[in-house]
Amino acid sequence: MSATAVHSLWTTAAEPISKIPTPKIEYGQLSPTLIIVGAAVVGVLVEAFVPRRSRYYAQVFVSVVALCAAFAAVVALAADGYGTTKAHIAAMGAIAVDGPSLFLQGTILLAGLVALFTFAERRLDPEAHGNRVDSFAAQAASVPGSEGEKAAVKAGFTTTEVFPLLLFAIAGMLVFPSANDLLTLFVALEVFSLPLYLLCALARRKRLMSQEAAVKYFLLGAFASAFTLFGIALLYGYAGSVSYGTIAQVVDGSVTNVDPALANTMGNDALLLVGTALVVMGLLFKVGAVPFHMWTPDVYQGAPTPVTGFMAAATKVAAFGALLRLLYVVLPGLRWDWRPVMWAVAVLTMLGGAIVAITQTDIKRLLAYSSIAHAGFILAGVIATSKDGVSSVLFYLAAYSFVTIGAFAVVTLVRDAGGEATHLSKWAGLGRRSPLVAAVFAVFLLAFAGIPLTSGFAGKFAVFKAAAEGGAAPLVVIGVISSAIAAFFYIRVIVLMFFSEPRPEGPTVAVPSPLTMAAIGVGVAVTLVLGVAPQYFLDLANQASVFVR
Amino acid sequence: MENLIALLIAAPLLGAAVLLVGGRRLDAVGHWIGTLLSTTSFVFGVILFADLLGKDAEHRTLTQHLWTWISVGSFQADVTFRLDQLSMTFVLLITGVGSLIHLYSVGYMEHDERRRRFFGYLNLFLAAMLLLVLADNYLLLYVGWEGVGLASYLLIGFWQHKPSAATAAKKAFIVNRVGDMGLSIAIMLMFTTFGSFAFGPVFSHVGDTSEGKLTAIGLMLLLAACGKSAQVPLQSWLGDAMEGPTPVSALIHAATMVTAGVYLIVRSSAIFNAAPDAQLAVTVVGAVTLLFGAIVGCAKDDIKKALAGSTMSQIGYMVLAAGLGPIGYVFAIMHLVTHGFFKAGLFLGAGSVMHGMNDEVDMRRYGGLRKYMPITFITFGLGYLAIIGFPGLSGFFSKDKIIEAAFAKGGTEGWILGGAALLGAAITAFYMTRVMLMTFFGEKRWQPDENGNEPHPHESPKVMTIPMVVLAFGSVFAGGLFSFGDRFLDWLEPVTGHSEGDSPLSAGTVTGATMVCLLIGVGLAYAQYGRKPVPAVAPRGSLLTRAARRDLLQDDFNHVVLVRGGEHLTRSLVYVDHTLVDGVVNGTAATFGGLSGRLRKLQNGFARSYAVSMFGGAALLVAATLLMRAV
Repeated sequence: MSATAVHSLWTTAAEPISKIPTPKIEYGQLSPTLIIVGAAVVGVLVEAFVPRRSRYYAQVFVSVVALCAAFAAVVALAADGYGTTKAHIAAMGAIAVDGPSLFLQGTILLAGLVALFTFAERRLDPEAHGNRVDSFAAQAASVPGSEGEKAAVKAGFTTTEVFPLLLFAIAGMLVFPSANDLLTLFVALEVFSLPLYLLCALARRKRLMSQEAAVKYFLLGAFASAFTLFGIALLYGYAGSVSYGTIAQVVDGSVTNVDPALANTMGNDALLLVGTALVVMGLLFKVGAVPFHMWTPDVYQGAPTPVTGFMAAATKVAAFGALLRLLYVVLPGLRWDWRPVMWAVAVLTMLGGAIVAITQTDIKRLLAYSSIAHAGFILAGVIATSKDGVSSVLFYLAAYSFVTIGAFAVVTLVRDAGGEATHLSKWAGLGRRSPLVAAVFAVFLLAFAGIPLTSGFAGKFAVFKAAAEGGAAPLVVIGVISSAIAAFFYIRVIVLMFFSEPRPEGPTVAVPSPLTMAAIGVGVAVTLVLGVAPQYFLDLANQASVFVR
Repeated sequence: MENLIALLIAAPLLGAAVLLVGGRRLDAVGHWIGTLLSTTSFVFGVILFADLLGKDAEHRTLTQHLWTWISVGSFQADVTFRLDQLSMTFVLLITGVGSLIHLYSVGYMEHDERRRRFFGYLNLFLAAMLLLVLADNYLLLYVGWEGVGLASYLLIGFWQHKPSAATAAKKAFIVNRVGDMGLSIAIMLMFTTFGSFAFGPVFSHVGDTSEGKLTAIGLMLLLAACGKSAQVPLQSWLGDAMEGPTPVSALIHAATMVTAGVYLIVRSSAIFNAAPDAQLAVTVVGAVTLLFGAIVGCAKDDIKKALAGSTMSQIGYMVLAAGLGPIGYVFAIMHLVTHGFFKAGLFLGAGSVMHGMNDEVDMRRYGGLRKYMPITFITFGLGYLAIIGFPGLSGFFSKDKIIEAAFAKGGTEGWILGGAALLGAAITAFYMTRVMLMTFFGEKRWQPDENGNEPHPHESPKVMTIPMVVLAFGSVFAGGLFSFGDRFLDWLEPVTGHSEGDSPLSAGTVTGATMVCLLIGVGLAYAQYGRKPVPAVAPRGSLLTRAARRDLLQDDFNHVVLVRGGEHLTRSLVYVDHTLVDGVVNGTAATFGGLSGRLRKLQNGFARSYAVSMFGGAALLVAATLLMRAV
């Protein structure tokens, strides 16, 4: 008996292991994200190997090139029809490449580029010991007020790590709205949240406040993530899958074969409802909707202003994108269960943001509450549950992000001895002293208020129209009332800037480098172009408003 | 050939842009640029005219579509131009007279340091006026309508350092707004009634529209015409508009812009023909204004204001004719053109006199000027003969036709309107003879002004007299040229239509009566101003004279009724605003402010309370979702 035959007595040959298929990754279609991740990794290497003097330039170069290349990739994909006819689900079902994905990724990349300009600004803070410095701490690890900090400042250190952090955050945000299963969603959420927590802590001035903001953001963000993760678990229990498509099929009843391991839970509606509520809650936290908004004013105020601008714009775009996909792809059959709840959240958010903003005295907190109110307006569009609803939200997000970054960029310019002069009383009479800066800020405020001929009006009109046509007329009425309340405090700032006497010890307006000027200029241009001739962009958003499933 | 139409407008528009944007570096040549571009437009006009003449009468309408201006649902507005016989007539008048007046202004404004700007405004006016008459829809017409209003405002107030000029400009603008409101309401009514405001669709749908709606549109158009053409009751601005430089008075406030109302009515003939009540209102306005303006003209000692009264009166004739329907449209336009010649000539003559008299405008300080300024005297004299309707001259043909047409209206109306027109002819003869005698005849009455400068009357330079001579030719020959062989009638009839009325009087009788009126007017004036010396200070005069000097109390009327009434209305509104509206507003603001202050306290800065609020929110979210399913 041969050895082989003997062996076969007590063993049987297994099937050759050939059933685990090679994951099929469409690198081309994922290229925007891959480029940004790659650049972020390069950025880390730059920190490790490039001499300190050259790091700033190397980082800015790498980041700008990466953002431009990624945007070009998005445009190429869109031009290739991936937004419309060739929309499909890539990376083994993890990532959707479709109209909303590409539109939002494009928006995030452009907003990221503009935000990068404000990150790279080095002319606003006075030179420290002959070195140009930016808005970020000299050495993040040093204790505020310590000898170590002084030494770092004296040595002219700057935290150039902000650039790879920014890129990592952008990478997460690119995946977030295109995630097509719950796990990818969660990973993306963490990928963009963690760098943001760090960035919040890096302010050069008022470092304790900045660190407090970062810790609060981290704690509350982790808290919200836990809810989301729990919700994901419950949804898996309900559907036996984390894939959006499968969950949707279970919801509408077209999948009936029950996974034996989940026989007790599958199809249990309580799991579905609770799980949905918790996942949605995590997203509402990110967009800053009431009652999950409490972190917003504190974090917006404490974070370095360029970071605030970036967060306010890009996070909102990414989170609303994810929310739209979740509600429209996974839960369309559940519309009547989630709509009333979202109605309530939208109403609370619009009114809450607008009302509390009235009594704010700090410009950054004011803008934070304003962003809460805007989250409410956008929610009104989300609730429309129609194609118009999607396209109006996409348009609103694009319009809003540039206004926001521009407005926060203006905030960085108004300074006194303690850094940025964010207390409103210091802005009195700014229009007399610096008419151009005040006028630009007034344009942004009018856009926030939704005055015609600004992008804010076009966006608000689109969103409210979609909501009214989607049967949410009362919501529109409340939205308009909130807009009126909000207009009060926006206009009040304009009045303060132009019609109050300047204070003798008032702040000065720093002359920025072309970087910040570009950020503000892009903001004004987009605001006016989308306000005066919105049709092309509305059409674009409309083309991009169909989700793949 | 159609492509030339846009160039008609583009040339002066380019001039306005270049002159107004170009700044001081163009000061030296600005006036010639303006004149050149205005003349360019005239040349294009002549080329197009020759082209039209070469076609059959039915094919003399050219259109040029440039672009779609507004397209929102069924609201469709195009930038399309329409050149037909009616607009061609206006184009030639506007660019022709306009170019002459540009030339004249080169001399008249020579010493004004803002001359470049003046020519920029004049070019702007030409562009707007051409847009007005070339538009193929009412909305585009409205753009031109507002454009000429703007140019008129800028030019009346050109010497803005004089408070009287600034006030006059404002007054003209505000009074015109009332008329403009009429036009905008008319356009809105057209859109709701016809679904369009382009000429073609509107006129072709008149037949299937109720008379009530057409009357409403017609009355609104009449209101618009009253504002722009200074017809009663919106006439009060024209006299004050004489504060502008004299070339402006000649071009805008005599020859062209003030006739826009007549154009509007004639252009909308299809609407008026189907709305007899609106037509009646038009004739009444015309008849009242022709007497009103004539009476005011009799009492004015300011030469330009006397001519302004006359303008008002002559446009009254045109409006009257336009109100008569197809009997009168052609003659309204014919009188408009001849009036354009002789009234522009008269104003330029008045300007020439002022130029030689240190800007003195009081005719009681003139006298005997014919020896000092012979060319001005002759050209002014020919204009004078033309306006009073001296046989053979332009005014004779056109005015006589209007009087005939008024009688031909028939019935009592015909007698009343005809009688008013005849009476107007007599008064015209009176006040124009008065102007002539006080200015050019009698003893010299000028005196040194307060600075001791005695005027040294002299003839104006060639650049000013040449346009006057050219216009005098028009004043003499245009009427005959148009009338013999019914040339003008045949030219315009395809657009306006024409019908002969049923006159109770023969044409000869009317002409005879007109001549008698003319002689009476001239005779009375000669008796009062020719045979007796003119007092240098105006006598007190009768009640009517004093009222006429105050423009027949128009401003007093407006003040008492509109200004006072308006003040009372605003005061009561302000009261309501302060007590009621502000109460509600402040109450609301206080409520939200208080709410804000209270909600703000929730934001206490502790991460733990934030987390609690999130937890509570999440619990509510879950509960509400489950509840929704349970319900």
